[in-house]
Amino acid sequence: MSKIRVEKLTKIFGSHPHEGLRMLDAGKSNQEIRAAGHAVGCANVCFDVEEGELLVVMGLSGSGKSTLIRCLNLLNSVTRGHVYVDGEDITAYSTKQLLEYRRRKISMVFQHFALFPYRTITDNAAYGLEVQGVNADQRRQRAREALQLVGLKGWEDAYPGQLSGGMQQRVGLARALAVKSDILLMDEAFSALDPLIRRDMQHELVQLQQRMKKTIVFITHDLDEALQLGDRIVLMKDGRVVQFGTPEDILNNPANAYVERFVEHVDLSRVLTARAALTRARVVAYPKDGPRTVLHKMNEENFTSIIVVERDYTFRGTISLDAAEQAVRDGARNIEGLIERTPAIGPDTQLTKVINALAAWPYSLPVVDETSGECLGVVTRTGVINVLADNPASGKQADDPGPPAAATHTAAVARGVSA
Amino acid sequence: MTLPVIPKFPLARLLDVGLNWLTLHLAFITRAVASVVGGIIDGITAGLTWLPPWALIVIVGLLAWRAAGRRVAIWSVLGLAFLWNLRLWDATVSTFTLVLISTLIAVGIGLPIGIAAALSKRTGKVVMPVLDFMQTMPAFVYLIPAIPFFGLGAVSASVATVIFSTPPAIRLTILGINQVPHDLIEAADAFGSTRRQKLFKVQLPMALPTIMAGVNQTIMLALSMVVIAAMIGAGGLGGEVWRAIQRLEPGKGFTAGIAIVILAMVLDRITQRIGRRKEVAR
Repeated sequence: MSKIRVEKLTKIFGSHPHEGLRMLDAGKSNQEIRAAGHAVGCANVCFDVEEGELLVVMGLSGSGKSTLIRCLNLLNSVTRGHVYVDGEDITAYSTKQLLEYRRRKISMVFQHFALFPYRTITDNAAYGLEVQGVNADQRRQRAREALQLVGLKGWEDAYPGQLSGGMQQRVGLARALAVKSDILLMDEAFSALDPLIRRDMQHELVQLQQRMKKTIVFITHDLDEALQLGDRIVLMKDGRVVQFGTPEDILNNPANAYVERFVEHVDLSRVLTARAALTRARVVAYPKDGPRTVLHKMNEENFTSIIVVERDYTFRGTISLDAAEQAVRDGARNIEGLIERTPAIGPDTQLTKVINALAAWPYSLPVVDETSGECLGVVTRTGVINVLADNPASGKQADDPGPPAAATHTAAVARGVSA
Repeated sequence: MTLPVIPKFPLARLLDVGLNWLTLHLAFITRAVASVVGGIIDGITAGLTWLPPWALIVIVGLLAWRAAGRRVAIWSVLGLAFLWNLRLWDATVSTFTLVLISTLIAVGIGLPIGIAAALSKRTGKVVMPVLDFMQTMPAFVYLIPAIPFFGLGAVSASVATVIFSTPPAIRLTILGINQVPHDLIEAADAFGSTRRQKLFKVQLPMALPTIMAGVNQTIMLALSMVVIAAMIGAGGLGGEVWRAIQRLEPGKGFTAGIAIVILAMVLDRITQRIGRRKEVAR
């Protein structure tokens, strides 16, 4: 069962939301509805969040993402539709139930931190517990634990004004973590931070998430951040969901021109992995091949090096053209001695790292599944350049080289060709 | 052709009738209040004058030092010592008592009204025009009906003073609460605060510097009323000024006036710092 399920959620601002709702159902555009004095916050939004998932809601300002996240803890009332959390419809909650829900189950981190300036860091982090009625000793204890978790040990008695932006947001995070709620809402939590700090915080959030298994709904207007963090992404425009899927889905199969335009500006090298730049290894060498066979295969394909795999595609290493030619001249009988241990990379390595590795290695890099040891293919310079230059948003790239094809598929093709 | 004569609306007469009726039926309550408040004022004045002046000066100096630092403390002690030297000590104490009582009542009334008006739009809409009325009506006018209700003397003076000086306390309380950043309110709500928790843990602490500025304004307005209040026998420094006016003694008039200025500055600096200190602690 999903942790959170949002069903046809609609939020209309204004004094007569139901009139706005009628206009919406009649198919009027947001502009027309606005002209009549209502504002569409979000319209018929559906998505779900699994337990322990980090879901990113992404869109430009005015796309309704902040409205949406505020419907999850009912800071915004819901005009129509339902939000189920652990199977319970929170839109039907009484005031008392809602209070209890906000206290125990869900907590929020704000874009501009929203810390209480007259409270120490500890008392800020303890706010949620204080509201619950936890006694002073216990809540200070738990607040300090949360502060330690976000790396603020030693700052417990400082005031928010004495801290940098990044540290303030750590306090915001600690305040949310201290109540030990299952769900964390993060409203543009890192948008106000400068880029370096921001990257650190993203990194730490992922680590925290792995350790604590929270269900996180993270809002951002930055696609790089969305792709970096999100297990899945809800892409919003004008209060509607444009696309809902994994980062790969969104990059590779943009649902429409709007998503495409978004995807155009992504720093792909940070988002894509070696898998995307993988080239099927059409021709490989086997350990029992003789030097002449190997040299022939290479000359045929104009290779400067060839990868060596077992029959079951377990990766062995590579042989360079020079070494093969030398072996033929020397009259060597087998190639075992020629196999070099190559710096193989995993399929989930970020392209930035692949580029670095390629700079240090003159030949193509084999991509090897870390667990099975299977060689999935190779990454060449051309492959990487093609992936980065030939934006996936431009559509289906059926052509070789470097389609971001599924690894198993690539391996199967490679097997078929060379068997 | 002559214009038809529209008879004059008998506003004054209506108000007189109304006030007479109120005096007749409510005076027993207001007189009771007057005797209680009068007792308190006399008690405090008696207590403060019983203390030797130097002791009181030392106490004020220490308070100023704690609340506002050394500089303010030194100037406060010097200023008060000068008033003692001018032989205006008793008048200063009685004026101070009047200001203190009026301020306490004004804040006691103003704070809850301000909170109510800030939290409920409807209350705010009712309160605002009333505040405009209270502040723009010439303060002298309050003195006239105050006498039949509360009798001559300090109590009537403090009632008029309270009416005149409560508005800033209310206004700045409203302002302070309305100025609390929206995201702090959201944060309070998001963690499941009740309305009461939100008020006491977020809104009031955030509004405190502004509310203190309001209290400071209330004190200053109360002080500005003392001369007017002297006209109905409130005594104190205002009484000195009033006497000087009647006898055309500019020297004495200025002396008492300067004494009021000194007292005002001492009270202003001390209370202003209380508010500002909270702000520095942010």
